[in-house]
Amino acid sequence: MHIVLSAAVSGEKLVFGDNVLTAVLGYGVVFMGLMILMALVYVMGAIFKKMAARKQPLPAAPIPQVTNAAREPEPIGEPAKGTAGEIKLYNVSDKEAAMIMAIVASQMGKPLNELRFKSIKEVK
Amino acid sequence: MDIVETLKKLLGESGFAGIFQNGGWQNAVMIVIACVLLYLGIKKKFEPLLLVGIAFGCLLVNVSYFIGLTEADALYHPDLWDNFLNSAHEDYHSYGAILKHGGFLDILYIGVKAGIYPSLIFMGVGAMTDFGPLIARPSSLILGAAAQLGVFLAFFGANLIGFTGNQAASIGIIGGADGPTAIYLTTKLAPELLGAIAIAAYSYMALIPMIQPPIMKLLTTKKEREVVMTQARPVSKTEKIIFPIVVTIFCVLLLPSTAPLIGCLMLGNLWRECGVTERLSDTVQNALMNIITVFLGISVGATMAGSRFLTKETIYIVILGLTAFCFSTVGGLLVGKIMYKVTGGKINPLIGSAGVSAVPMAARVSQIEGQKANPKNFLLMHAMGPNVAGVIGSAIAAGFLLKVFGG
Repeated sequence: MHIVLSAAVSGEKLVFGDNVLTAVLGYGVVFMGLMILMALVYVMGAIFKKMAARKQPLPAAPIPQVTNAAREPEPIGEPAKGTAGEIKLYNVSDKEAAMIMAIVASQMGKPLNELRFKSIKEVK
Repeated sequence: MDIVETLKKLLGESGFAGIFQNGGWQNAVMIVIACVLLYLGIKKKFEPLLLVGIAFGCLLVNVSYFIGLTEADALYHPDLWDNFLNSAHEDYHSYGAILKHGGFLDILYIGVKAGIYPSLIFMGVGAMTDFGPLIARPSSLILGAAAQLGVFLAFFGANLIGFTGNQAASIGIIGGADGPTAIYLTTKLAPELLGAIAIAAYSYMALIPMIQPPIMKLLTTKKEREVVMTQARPVSKTEKIIFPIVVTIFCVLLLPSTAPLIGCLMLGNLWRECGVTERLSDTVQNALMNIITVFLGISVGATMAGSRFLTKETIYIVILGLTAFCFSTVGGLLVGKIMYKVTGGKINPLIGSAGVSAVPMAARVSQIEGQKANPKNFLLMHAMGPNVAGVIGSAIAAGFLLKVFGG
Protein backbone atom coordinates (compact mmCIF):
# COMPACT_ATOMS: atom_id res chain seq x y z
CA MET A 1 0.00 0.00 0.00
CA HIS A 2 2.87 2.31 0.82
CA ILE A 3 4.38 1.66 -2.64
CA VAL A 4 1.05 2.44 -4.32
CA LEU A 5 0.71 5.70 -2.43
CA SER A 6 4.24 6.86 -3.23
CA ALA A 7 3.77 6.12 -6.92
CA ALA A 8 0.42 7.87 -6.93
CA VAL A 9 1.60 11.09 -5.38
CA SER A 10 4.23 11.61 -8.02
CA GLY A 11 1.73 10.73 -10.79
CA GLU A 12 3.78 7.77 -11.94
CA LYS A 13 2.73 4.56 -13.62
CA LEU A 14 2.07 1.64 -11.32
CA VAL A 15 4.15 -1.50 -11.56
CA PHE A 16 2.16 -4.65 -12.37
CA GLY A 17 2.06 -5.93 -8.78
CA ASP A 18 0.78 -2.63 -7.37
CA ASN A 19 -1.77 -2.43 -10.18
CA VAL A 20 -3.24 -5.84 -9.33
CA LEU A 21 -3.08 -5.13 -5.60
CA THR A 22 -4.90 -1.79 -5.89
CA ALA A 23 -7.63 -3.21 -8.16
CA VAL A 24 -8.28 -6.23 -5.92
CA LEU A 25 -8.09 -4.17 -2.75
CA GLY A 26 -10.43 -1.52 -4.15
CA TYR A 27 -13.05 -4.05 -5.20
CA GLY A 28 -12.66 -5.72 -1.81
CA VAL A 29 -13.17 -2.44 0.07
CA VAL A 30 -16.35 -1.67 -1.92
CA PHE A 31 -17.68 -5.18 -1.23
CA MET A 32 -16.76 -5.06 2.43
CA GLY A 33 -18.23 -1.58 2.89
CA LEU A 34 -21.56 -2.44 1.27
CA MET A 35 -21.79 -5.81 3.07
CA ILE A 36 -21.34 -4.13 6.45
CA LEU A 37 -23.95 -1.58 5.40
CA MET A 38 -26.24 -4.47 4.41
CA ALA A 39 -25.81 -5.98 7.88
CA LEU A 40 -26.63 -2.61 9.47
CA VAL A 41 -29.79 -2.26 7.36
CA TYR A 42 -30.84 -5.83 8.27
CA VAL A 43 -30.35 -5.03 11.97
CA MET A 44 -32.28 -1.78 11.56
CA GLY A 45 -35.10 -3.65 9.79
CA ALA A 46 -35.22 -6.32 12.51
CA ILE A 47 -35.45 -3.69 15.25
CA PHE A 48 -38.30 -1.92 13.47
CA LYS A 49 -40.15 -5.19 12.86
CA LYS A 50 -39.94 -5.99 16.58
CA MET A 51 -41.12 -2.50 17.50
CA ALA A 52 -44.02 -2.77 15.08
CA ALA A 53 -44.98 -6.17 16.50
CA ARG A 54 -44.95 -4.73 20.05
CA LYS A 55 -47.14 -1.84 19.05
CA GLN A 56 -49.80 -4.16 17.57
CA PRO A 57 -52.82 -4.31 19.93
CA LEU A 58 -53.62 -7.51 21.82
CA PRO A 59 -56.37 -9.65 20.25
CA ALA A 60 -59.68 -8.10 21.19
CA ALA A 61 -62.25 -9.84 23.38
CA PRO A 62 -64.99 -11.67 21.45
CA ILE A 63 -67.64 -9.26 20.28
CA PRO A 64 -71.29 -10.22 20.64
CA GLN A 65 -72.81 -11.12 17.31
CA VAL A 66 -75.02 -8.54 15.69
CA THR A 67 -77.54 -9.01 12.99
CA ASN A 68 -76.93 -7.82 9.45
CA ALA A 69 -79.54 -5.15 9.83
CA ALA A 70 -77.81 -3.59 12.85
CA ARG A 71 -74.28 -3.76 11.40
CA GLU A 72 -72.76 -0.45 10.36
CA PRO A 73 -71.69 -0.32 6.72
CA GLU A 74 -67.90 -0.64 6.32
CA PRO A 75 -66.23 2.73 5.71
CA ILE A 76 -65.17 3.06 2.13
CA GLY A 77 -62.03 5.08 1.33
CA GLU A 78 -63.00 8.34 -0.22
CA PRO A 79 -61.91 8.45 -3.84
CA ALA A 80 -59.05 10.86 -4.42
CA LYS A 81 -59.46 13.82 -6.73
CA GLY A 82 -59.03 12.52 -10.24
CA THR A 83 -55.51 12.05 -11.52
CA ALA A 84 -56.60 11.78 -15.14
CA GLY A 85 -55.73 14.86 -17.11
CA GLU A 86 -54.02 16.52 -14.13
CA ILE A 87 -50.84 14.50 -13.75
CA LYS A 88 -47.69 16.13 -15.09
CA LEU A 89 -45.27 13.82 -16.89
CA TYR A 90 -41.62 14.80 -17.32
CA ASN A 91 -39.71 12.59 -19.80
CA VAL A 92 -42.13 9.73 -19.06
CA SER A 93 -44.44 8.15 -21.62
CA ASP A 94 -48.12 7.47 -20.89
CA LYS A 95 -47.44 3.74 -20.87
CA GLU A 96 -44.61 4.07 -18.35
CA ALA A 97 -46.72 6.38 -16.19
CA ALA A 98 -49.57 3.84 -16.15
CA MET A 99 -47.13 1.13 -15.15
CA ILE A 100 -45.59 3.21 -12.36
CA MET A 101 -49.03 4.15 -10.97
CA ALA A 102 -50.09 0.49 -11.00
CA ILE A 103 -46.90 -0.55 -9.18
CA VAL A 104 -47.31 2.20 -6.56
CA ALA A 105 -50.93 1.19 -5.98
CA SER A 106 -49.90 -2.45 -5.64
CA GLN A 107 -47.05 -1.61 -3.23
CA MET A 108 -49.32 0.54 -1.06
CA GLY A 109 -52.15 -1.97 -1.21
CA LYS A 110 -54.66 0.73 -2.16
CA PRO A 111 -56.94 1.02 -5.17
CA LEU A 112 -55.81 3.51 -7.79
CA ASN A 113 -58.87 5.73 -7.35
CA GLU A 114 -57.86 6.44 -3.75
CA LEU A 115 -54.43 7.71 -4.79
CA ARG A 116 -53.61 11.01 -6.37
CA PHE A 117 -50.51 11.41 -8.51
CA LYS A 118 -49.37 14.97 -9.09
CA SER A 119 -46.38 14.35 -11.34
CA ILE A 120 -44.00 11.63 -12.51
CA LYS A 121 -40.50 12.70 -13.29
CA GLU A 122 -37.55 10.80 -14.78
CA VAL A 123 -34.60 10.92 -12.39
CA LYS A 124 -31.27 11.34 -14.17
CA MET B 1 -7.76 55.94 -38.84
CA ASP B 2 -6.53 53.51 -41.46
CA ILE B 3 -9.62 51.50 -42.35
CA VAL B 4 -7.74 48.88 -44.38
CA GLU B 5 -5.22 48.36 -41.61
CA THR B 6 -8.02 48.06 -39.01
CA LEU B 7 -9.88 45.52 -41.13
CA LYS B 8 -6.64 43.57 -41.66
CA LYS B 9 -6.04 43.55 -37.90
CA LEU B 10 -9.62 42.44 -37.20
CA LEU B 11 -9.38 39.59 -39.70
CA GLY B 12 -5.87 38.60 -38.57
CA GLU B 13 -6.98 38.30 -34.96
CA SER B 14 -10.31 36.60 -35.69
CA GLY B 15 -11.05 32.96 -35.07
CA PHE B 16 -11.24 32.38 -38.83
CA ALA B 17 -7.54 33.23 -39.06
CA GLY B 18 -6.95 31.00 -36.05
CA ILE B 19 -8.40 27.97 -37.85
CA PHE B 20 -5.77 28.32 -40.59
CA GLN B 21 -2.94 28.79 -38.10
CA ASN B 22 -0.74 26.05 -36.73
CA GLY B 23 -2.99 23.66 -34.75
CA GLY B 24 -6.17 25.48 -35.79
CA TRP B 25 -7.41 22.37 -37.57
CA GLN B 26 -7.93 20.82 -34.14
CA ASN B 27 -10.42 23.56 -33.29
CA ALA B 28 -12.22 22.90 -36.57
CA VAL B 29 -12.48 19.18 -35.79
CA MET B 30 -13.77 19.96 -32.30
CA ILE B 31 -16.41 22.31 -33.72
CA VAL B 32 -17.66 19.39 -35.83
CA ILE B 33 -17.55 17.06 -32.79
CA ALA B 34 -19.53 19.64 -30.77
CA CYS B 35 -22.18 19.76 -33.50
CA VAL B 36 -22.37 15.93 -33.54
CA LEU B 37 -22.79 15.92 -29.75
CA LEU B 38 -25.51 18.56 -30.04
CA TYR B 39 -27.26 16.35 -32.60
CA LEU B 40 -27.01 13.34 -30.29
CA GLY B 41 -28.33 15.34 -27.35
CA ILE B 42 -31.17 17.12 -29.13
CA LYS B 43 -32.27 14.67 -31.81
CA LYS B 44 -31.33 11.31 -30.24
CA LYS B 45 -31.98 12.52 -26.66
CA PHE B 46 -28.71 11.13 -25.29
CA GLU B 47 -28.73 12.55 -21.73
CA PRO B 48 -29.84 15.90 -23.23
CA LEU B 49 -29.90 17.86 -19.97
CA LEU B 50 -26.13 17.56 -19.69
CA LEU B 51 -24.96 16.66 -23.17
CA VAL B 52 -26.41 19.78 -24.80
CA GLY B 53 -24.59 21.98 -22.25
CA ILE B 54 -21.35 20.00 -22.58
CA ALA B 55 -21.49 20.18 -26.38
CA PHE B 56 -22.16 23.92 -26.35
CA GLY B 57 -19.34 24.50 -23.86
CA CYS B 58 -17.08 22.55 -26.23
CA LEU B 59 -18.27 24.70 -29.11
CA LEU B 60 -17.68 27.94 -27.19
CA VAL B 61 -14.11 27.08 -26.17
CA ASN B 62 -13.14 25.96 -29.65
CA VAL B 63 -14.42 29.09 -31.37
CA SER B 64 -12.83 31.39 -28.80
CA TYR B 65 -9.49 29.82 -27.85
CA PHE B 66 -6.73 29.62 -30.46
CA ILE B 67 -3.19 29.11 -29.17
CA GLY B 68 -1.16 32.30 -29.51
CA LEU B 69 -3.97 34.22 -31.20
CA THR B 70 -7.15 34.91 -29.23
CA GLU B 71 -6.08 33.65 -25.84
CA ALA B 72 -6.93 36.95 -24.12
CA ASP B 73 -10.52 36.89 -25.43
CA ALA B 74 -11.04 33.19 -24.76
CA LEU B 75 -13.85 32.06 -22.48
CA TYR B 76 -11.68 29.27 -21.05
CA HIS B 77 -7.90 29.15 -20.68
CA PRO B 78 -6.36 25.68 -20.30
CA ASP B 79 -2.98 27.31 -19.63
CA LEU B 80 -4.30 29.12 -16.56
CA TRP B 81 -5.45 25.79 -15.14
CA ASP B 82 -2.06 24.23 -15.97
CA ASN B 83 -0.46 26.96 -13.86
CA PHE B 84 -3.04 26.38 -11.15
CA LEU B 85 -1.88 22.76 -10.91
CA ASN B 86 1.85 23.46 -11.31
CA SER B 87 3.42 23.60 -7.84
CA ALA B 88 6.44 25.44 -9.25
CA HIS B 89 4.30 28.27 -10.70
CA GLU B 90 3.42 31.43 -8.78
CA ASP B 91 -0.29 30.90 -9.56
CA TYR B 92 -0.28 27.42 -8.00
CA HIS B 93 -3.70 26.84 -6.40
CA SER B 94 -4.53 30.53 -6.84
CA TYR B 95 -8.22 31.06 -7.53
CA GLY B 96 -7.35 34.77 -7.44
CA ALA B 97 -5.29 34.35 -10.61
CA ILE B 98 -8.22 32.57 -12.26
CA LEU B 99 -10.61 35.37 -11.29
CA LYS B 100 -8.13 38.00 -12.47
CA HIS B 101 -7.13 36.53 -15.82
CA GLY B 102 -9.88 33.98 -16.53
CA GLY B 103 -12.81 34.16 -18.89
CA PHE B 104 -16.48 33.46 -18.21
CA LEU B 105 -16.09 29.68 -18.40
CA ASP B 106 -12.91 29.70 -16.29
CA ILE B 107 -14.92 31.26 -13.49
CA LEU B 108 -17.76 28.75 -13.85
CA TYR B 109 -15.18 25.94 -13.91
CA ILE B 110 -14.06 26.86 -10.38
CA GLY B 111 -17.20 25.09 -9.17
CA VAL B 112 -16.12 21.89 -10.93
CA LYS B 113 -12.52 22.19 -9.77
CA ALA B 114 -13.57 22.70 -6.15
CA GLY B 115 -15.90 19.69 -6.39
CA ILE B 116 -18.97 21.83 -5.65
CA TYR B 117 -21.18 21.07 -8.67
CA PRO B 118 -20.94 17.24 -8.55
CA SER B 119 -21.68 17.30 -4.81
CA LEU B 120 -24.71 19.57 -5.27
CA ILE B 121 -25.96 17.35 -8.11
CA PHE B 122 -25.68 14.43 -5.68
CA MET B 123 -27.82 16.41 -3.22
CA GLY B 124 -30.53 16.68 -5.87
CA VAL B 125 -30.18 12.99 -6.75
CA GLY B 126 -30.61 12.14 -3.06
CA ALA B 127 -33.74 14.25 -2.84
CA MET B 128 -35.17 12.44 -5.88
CA THR B 129 -34.26 8.93 -4.74
CA ASP B 130 -36.49 6.57 -2.80
CA PHE B 131 -34.23 4.17 -0.89
CA GLY B 132 -37.30 2.15 0.14
CA PRO B 133 -36.63 -0.81 -2.21
CA LEU B 134 -33.05 -1.00 -0.90
CA ILE B 135 -34.13 -0.89 2.75
CA ALA B 136 -36.78 -3.53 2.07
CA ARG B 137 -34.24 -5.88 0.46
CA PRO B 138 -30.76 -5.04 1.87
CA SER B 139 -29.15 -7.85 -0.16
CA SER B 140 -29.45 -5.40 -3.09
CA LEU B 141 -26.31 -3.79 -1.69
CA ILE B 142 -24.29 -6.87 -2.71
CA LEU B 143 -25.43 -6.37 -6.30
CA GLY B 144 -24.48 -2.69 -6.09
CA ALA B 145 -21.00 -3.74 -4.96
CA ALA B 146 -20.65 -6.47 -7.59
CA ALA B 147 -21.47 -4.02 -10.35
CA GLN B 148 -18.34 -1.99 -9.55
CA LEU B 149 -16.28 -4.77 -11.19
CA GLY B 150 -15.80 -2.70 -14.35
CA VAL B 151 -14.34 0.20 -12.35
CA PHE B 152 -11.42 -1.85 -11.15
CA LEU B 153 -10.95 -3.88 -14.36
CA ALA B 154 -10.80 -0.68 -16.42
CA PHE B 155 -8.40 0.79 -13.83
CA PHE B 156 -6.21 -2.29 -14.25
CA GLY B 157 -6.41 -2.10 -18.07
CA ALA B 158 -5.64 1.63 -18.15
CA ASN B 159 -2.54 1.04 -16.05
CA LEU B 160 -1.41 -1.70 -18.42
CA ILE B 161 -1.85 0.60 -21.44
CA GLY B 162 0.43 3.18 -19.81
CA PHE B 163 -1.78 5.71 -18.04
CA THR B 164 -0.57 6.93 -14.65
CA GLY B 165 -2.29 5.63 -11.52
CA ASN B 166 -4.28 8.88 -11.14
CA GLN B 167 -5.45 8.79 -14.75
CA ALA B 168 -6.29 5.07 -14.57
CA ALA B 169 -8.41 5.67 -11.46
CA SER B 170 -10.35 8.43 -13.24
CA ILE B 171 -10.88 6.26 -16.33
CA GLY B 172 -11.98 3.29 -14.22
CA ILE B 173 -14.71 5.24 -12.46
CA ILE B 174 -16.57 5.55 -15.79
CA GLY B 175 -17.64 1.95 -15.01
CA GLY B 176 -19.57 3.28 -12.01
CA ALA B 177 -22.04 4.74 -14.55
CA ASP B 178 -22.36 7.80 -12.38
CA GLY B 179 -21.63 11.11 -14.10
CA PRO B 180 -21.18 13.38 -11.05
CA THR B 181 -18.88 10.83 -9.35
CA ALA B 182 -16.77 10.49 -12.52
CA ILE B 183 -16.48 14.28 -12.81
CA TYR B 184 -15.67 14.69 -9.12
CA LEU B 185 -12.91 12.07 -9.11
CA THR B 186 -11.40 13.15 -12.44
CA THR B 187 -11.26 16.80 -11.37
CA LYS B 188 -9.33 15.77 -8.28
CA LEU B 189 -6.98 13.21 -9.88
CA ALA B 190 -6.61 13.84 -13.61
CA PRO B 191 -8.24 17.15 -14.64
CA GLU B 192 -6.50 16.97 -18.03
CA LEU B 193 -8.82 14.05 -18.94
CA LEU B 194 -12.06 15.62 -17.68
CA GLY B 195 -13.64 16.39 -21.06
CA ALA B 196 -13.07 12.93 -22.51
CA ILE B 197 -14.15 11.13 -19.35
CA ALA B 198 -17.32 13.19 -18.93
CA ILE B 199 -18.30 12.63 -22.56
CA ALA B 200 -17.60 8.89 -22.30
CA ALA B 201 -19.51 8.56 -19.00
CA TYR B 202 -22.62 10.42 -20.13
CA SER B 203 -22.65 8.87 -23.62
CA TYR B 204 -22.48 5.33 -22.26
CA MET B 205 -25.14 6.11 -19.64
CA ALA B 206 -27.40 7.18 -22.48
CA LEU B 207 -26.50 4.02 -24.40
CA ILE B 208 -27.35 1.65 -21.54
CA PRO B 209 -30.51 0.35 -23.31
CA MET B 210 -28.24 -0.75 -26.16
CA ILE B 211 -25.17 -1.89 -24.19
CA GLN B 212 -26.78 -3.98 -21.45
CA PRO B 213 -29.49 -6.18 -23.10
CA PRO B 214 -27.11 -8.34 -25.21
CA ILE B 215 -24.94 -9.01 -22.13
CA MET B 216 -28.04 -9.79 -20.06
CA LYS B 217 -29.27 -12.30 -22.62
CA LEU B 218 -25.83 -13.85 -22.98
CA LEU B 219 -25.30 -14.43 -19.27
CA THR B 220 -28.79 -15.54 -18.18
CA THR B 221 -31.06 -18.40 -19.19
CA LYS B 222 -34.68 -17.85 -20.18
CA LYS B 223 -35.75 -19.67 -17.02
CA GLU B 224 -33.76 -17.21 -14.88
CA ARG B 225 -35.14 -14.18 -16.71
CA GLU B 226 -38.71 -15.43 -16.22
CA VAL B 227 -38.49 -15.43 -12.40
CA VAL B 228 -41.26 -13.33 -10.84
CA MET B 229 -39.98 -11.86 -7.58
CA THR B 230 -42.20 -11.62 -4.52
CA GLN B 231 -43.19 -8.22 -3.22
CA ALA B 232 -40.74 -6.76 -0.70
CA ARG B 233 -41.89 -5.77 2.78
CA PRO B 234 -43.30 -2.28 3.35
CA VAL B 235 -40.76 0.20 4.75
CA SER B 236 -41.79 2.57 7.53
CA LYS B 237 -41.25 6.31 7.39
CA THR B 238 -38.92 6.16 10.41
CA GLU B 239 -36.67 3.62 8.66
CA LYS B 240 -36.44 5.91 5.65
CA ILE B 241 -35.44 8.81 7.91
CA ILE B 242 -32.82 6.81 9.82
CA PHE B 243 -31.30 5.22 6.69
CA PRO B 244 -29.48 8.33 5.32
CA ILE B 245 -28.13 9.11 8.79
CA VAL B 246 -26.79 5.54 9.24
CA VAL B 247 -25.26 5.48 5.74
CA THR B 248 -23.56 8.85 6.28
CA ILE B 249 -22.11 7.87 9.64
CA PHE B 250 -20.87 4.49 8.39
CA CYS B 251 -19.55 5.43 4.95
CA VAL B 252 -17.84 8.65 5.99
CA LEU B 253 -16.23 6.96 9.00
CA LEU B 254 -15.06 4.15 6.70
CA LEU B 255 -13.75 6.45 3.95
CA PRO B 256 -13.68 10.15 4.87
CA SER B 257 -12.91 10.98 1.24
CA THR B 258 -16.51 9.99 0.34
CA ALA B 259 -17.90 12.75 2.60
CA PRO B 260 -18.75 15.33 -0.10
CA LEU B 261 -20.58 12.81 -2.31
CA ILE B 262 -22.21 10.54 0.29
CA GLY B 263 -22.86 13.48 2.63
CA CYS B 264 -24.70 15.49 -0.03
CA LEU B 265 -26.57 12.44 -1.37
CA MET B 266 -27.83 11.53 2.06
CA LEU B 267 -28.61 15.11 3.12
CA GLY B 268 -30.78 15.48 0.01
CA ASN B 269 -32.50 12.19 0.87
CA LEU B 270 -33.03 13.21 4.49
CA TRP B 271 -34.70 16.44 3.34
CA ARG B 272 -36.98 14.32 1.17
CA GLU B 273 -37.90 11.79 3.83
CA CYS B 274 -38.00 13.72 7.11
CA GLY B 275 -41.31 15.35 6.17
CA VAL B 276 -40.59 18.77 7.66
CA THR B 277 -38.38 20.24 4.91
CA GLU B 278 -40.54 19.84 1.84
CA ARG B 279 -39.55 23.28 0.51
CA LEU B 280 -35.85 22.42 0.67
CA SER B 281 -36.43 19.01 -0.88
CA ASP B 282 -38.39 20.60 -3.70
CA THR B 283 -35.68 23.23 -4.25
CA VAL B 284 -32.75 20.82 -4.45
CA GLN B 285 -34.52 18.37 -6.74
CA ASN B 286 -35.77 21.06 -9.12
CA ALA B 287 -34.41 24.63 -9.04
CA LEU B 288 -30.95 23.92 -7.60
CA MET B 289 -30.48 20.78 -9.68
CA ASN B 290 -31.33 22.68 -12.86
CA ILE B 291 -29.04 25.61 -12.03
CA ILE B 292 -26.10 23.33 -11.24
CA THR B 293 -26.76 21.26 -14.38
CA VAL B 294 -26.42 24.48 -16.41
CA PHE B 295 -23.08 25.35 -14.78
CA LEU B 296 -21.73 21.79 -14.78
CA GLY B 297 -22.52 20.99 -18.40
CA ILE B 298 -21.12 24.15 -19.92
CA SER B 299 -17.95 24.23 -17.80
CA VAL B 300 -17.14 20.54 -18.35
CA GLY B 301 -17.60 21.10 -22.09
CA ALA B 302 -15.15 23.99 -21.88
CA THR B 303 -12.33 21.60 -21.00
CA MET B 304 -12.59 20.10 -24.50
CA ALA B 305 -10.17 22.49 -26.21
CA GLY B 306 -8.96 20.87 -29.45
CA SER B 307 -5.29 20.93 -28.49
CA ARG B 308 -6.09 18.96 -25.30
CA PHE B 309 -8.87 16.65 -26.49
CA LEU B 310 -7.66 15.30 -29.84
CA THR B 311 -5.14 12.82 -28.53
CA LYS B 312 -4.80 9.05 -28.66
CA GLU B 313 -5.58 9.02 -24.92
CA THR B 314 -9.15 10.11 -25.72
CA ILE B 315 -9.59 7.05 -27.96
CA TYR B 316 -8.25 4.80 -25.21
CA ILE B 317 -10.65 6.42 -22.71
CA VAL B 318 -13.62 5.77 -25.01
CA ILE B 319 -12.63 2.09 -25.39
CA LEU B 320 -11.79 1.58 -21.70
CA GLY B 321 -15.01 3.34 -20.67
CA LEU B 322 -17.10 0.94 -22.75
CA THR B 323 -15.15 -2.01 -21.32
CA ALA B 324 -15.79 -0.71 -17.82
CA PHE B 325 -19.54 -0.42 -18.46
CA CYS B 326 -19.75 -3.93 -19.91
CA PHE B 327 -17.80 -5.55 -17.08
CA SER B 328 -19.81 -3.70 -14.43
CA THR B 329 -22.94 -5.18 -16.00
CA VAL B 330 -21.27 -8.62 -16.06
CA GLY B 331 -20.30 -8.31 -12.38
CA GLY B 332 -23.86 -7.46 -11.32
CA LEU B 333 -25.37 -10.25 -13.43
CA LEU B 334 -22.94 -12.91 -12.18
CA VAL B 335 -23.62 -12.12 -8.54
CA GLY B 336 -27.35 -11.96 -9.44
CA LYS B 337 -27.01 -15.53 -10.76
CA ILE B 338 -25.32 -16.61 -7.53
CA MET B 339 -28.17 -15.06 -5.54
CA TYR B 340 -30.66 -16.87 -7.80
CA LYS B 341 -29.01 -20.19 -6.91
CA VAL B 342 -28.62 -19.41 -3.20
CA THR B 343 -32.25 -18.31 -2.77
CA GLY B 344 -33.57 -21.28 -4.69
CA GLY B 345 -34.70 -19.23 -7.67
CA LYS B 346 -36.38 -16.37 -5.81
CA ILE B 347 -34.12 -13.60 -7.17
CA ASN B 348 -34.24 -12.70 -10.85
CA PRO B 349 -30.57 -12.22 -11.88
CA LEU B 350 -31.60 -9.46 -14.30
CA ILE B 351 -31.82 -7.02 -11.39
CA GLY B 352 -28.04 -7.44 -10.96
CA SER B 353 -27.31 -5.39 -14.06
CA ALA B 354 -29.10 -2.43 -12.45
CA GLY B 355 -26.28 -2.27 -9.89
CA VAL B 356 -24.32 -0.03 -12.27
CA SER B 357 -26.17 3.06 -10.91
CA ALA B 358 -27.37 5.14 -13.90
CA VAL B 359 -30.63 5.72 -12.00
CA PRO B 360 -33.28 4.84 -13.18
CA MET B 361 -32.20 3.88 -16.71
CA ALA B 362 -30.51 0.61 -15.69
CA ALA B 363 -33.51 -0.45 -13.55
CA ARG B 364 -35.78 0.27 -16.49
CA VAL B 365 -33.65 -1.97 -18.72
CA SER B 366 -34.01 -4.81 -16.16
CA GLN B 367 -37.79 -4.25 -16.18
CA ILE B 368 -37.98 -4.33 -19.99
CA GLU B 369 -35.83 -7.45 -20.35
CA GLY B 370 -37.72 -9.22 -17.55
CA GLN B 371 -41.03 -8.43 -19.19
CA LYS B 372 -39.78 -9.66 -22.55
CA ALA B 373 -39.09 -13.05 -20.94
CA ASN B 374 -42.32 -13.08 -18.93
CA PRO B 375 -45.02 -10.45 -19.58
CA LYS B 376 -46.24 -10.85 -15.96
CA ASN B 377 -42.85 -9.75 -14.64
CA PHE B 378 -42.56 -6.37 -12.92
CA LEU B 379 -38.91 -5.98 -11.92
CA LEU B 380 -38.76 -2.19 -11.80
CA MET B 381 -39.10 -1.75 -8.03
CA HIS B 382 -36.91 -4.81 -7.34
CA ALA B 383 -34.21 -3.41 -9.66
CA MET B 384 -34.35 0.01 -7.99
CA GLY B 385 -32.68 -1.53 -4.91
CA PRO B 386 -29.44 -2.53 -6.68
CA ASN B 387 -29.72 0.64 -8.77
CA VAL B 388 -29.51 3.01 -5.79
CA ALA B 389 -27.02 0.65 -4.09
CA GLY B 390 -24.84 1.22 -7.16
CA VAL B 391 -24.83 4.97 -6.46
CA ILE B 392 -23.49 4.31 -2.94
CA GLY B 393 -21.08 1.67 -4.34
CA SER B 394 -19.61 3.98 -6.97
CA ALA B 395 -19.19 6.74 -4.37
CA ILE B 396 -17.29 4.31 -2.12
CA ALA B 397 -15.15 3.18 -5.08
CA ALA B 398 -14.39 6.83 -5.86
CA GLY B 399 -13.60 7.47 -2.20
CA PHE B 400 -11.16 4.55 -2.18
CA LEU B 401 -9.40 5.71 -5.37
CA LEU B 402 -9.26 9.27 -4.06
CA LYS B 403 -7.76 8.07 -0.80
CA VAL B 404 -5.09 6.02 -2.58
CA PHE B 405 -4.20 8.45 -5.37
CA GLY B 406 -5.29 11.80 -3.98
CA GLY B 407 -2.19 12.03 -1.81
